Amino acid sequence: MLAVNAVQMFTFAIAASICLCGAIGVVAFRNPVHNALSLVATLFGVAVLFVAQEAYFLAAIQVIVYAGAIVVLFLFVIMLLGVDTVKSFAVERRPVTLAVGGIAGATIAGLVLLAALPNKGTLTGETNSLGAVGALDPKHDVNVLGKVLFSNYVFAFEITSILLTIAVIGAVVLSRRPKGALIDLDEFPPVVSDPADAESDPSSTDSGSDSEESAKESQTSAGSAEAMAGSESAESAEH
Amino acid sequence: MVPQNAYVMLSALMFGIGAAGLLIRRNPLVMFMCVELMLNAVNLTFVAFGRSLGDAGGQVVVFFVLVVAATEVVVGLGLIVAISRRRGAADANADDISMMKG
Repeated sequence: MLAVNAVQMFTFAIAASICLCGAIGVVAFRNPVHNALSLVATLFGVAVLFVAQEAYFLAAIQVIVYAGAIVVLFLFVIMLLGVDTVKSFAVERRPVTLAVGGIAGATIAGLVLLAALPNKGTLTGETNSLGAVGALDPKHDVNVLGKVLFSNYVFAFEITSILLTIAVIGAVVLSRRPKGALIDLDEFPPVVSDPADAESDPSSTDSGSDSEESAKESQTSAGSAEAMAGSESAESAEH
Repeated sequence: MVPQNAYVMLSALMFGIGAAGLLIRRNPLVMFMCVELMLNAVNLTFVAFGRSLGDAGGQVVVFFVLVVAATEVVVGLGLIVAISRRRGAADANADDISMMKG
């Protein structure tokens, strides 16, 4: 019994340290690809902790949905926009922001730690108050989950399907190209005959970034400005 | 058996790191990742409480949180792509998206 306990503690320690290191990596790394990969480490650590708590179905779902779909979606967007572009989203961090953010995070974590530290066993000391339908059985994990999902929580389940439909429609509407632009001008920028003309474009001046980046961005922003103008003229022609 | 308190403390630390990152970082993609971190911390708490209470409701809530997180990421990333396409990439960090500021 002692050996089993030691193995469980060892598993928890390893998974918890992976989770915490990944979480710090998500916040601290500069490169967004590294942030996404740290997030994968954290999600796998959480999946291991789900297995340790006999939530096998959720561990599988965690790996499939989070690491397989959500993080891949993040990486897709990073690659679509370009790693350098996503990096240029960042502004320099003010010390006030760092201090406020750090204090807020430490306060939230500290309050929960303060509540959890004094107790030895369970946090509340409560036991299961529901009937037999909600009782957890580690051997029939999926069985119990399915029964509870389609009896006690069936209304929430149906609402979830509506939510997913709305999200799909919203994503399609958001990612549609603006009306009037026959080709995507961001991906196929128009050929500029005079480079000096593009440099002096007032829409591309950006005081925040350095000159090298603004020179690089001037073409794309000029293209997007044209796309905006094209869509506006098309819309005004309709009205 | 690992006590429930250990799970709660771990998830508190993860949630705190995520909240601090959400306030500190200004890259909207990284801010979304921090939101995912906070949601995962809460998921861990739900599973820990559900196990110690012997109640499957905790795991069902985690199931719903997963669905909501997926839809949130889909819509949020669509918004980021749309904003950075229309306004130029240099104007798409979280401090520049202030059109609805009161």
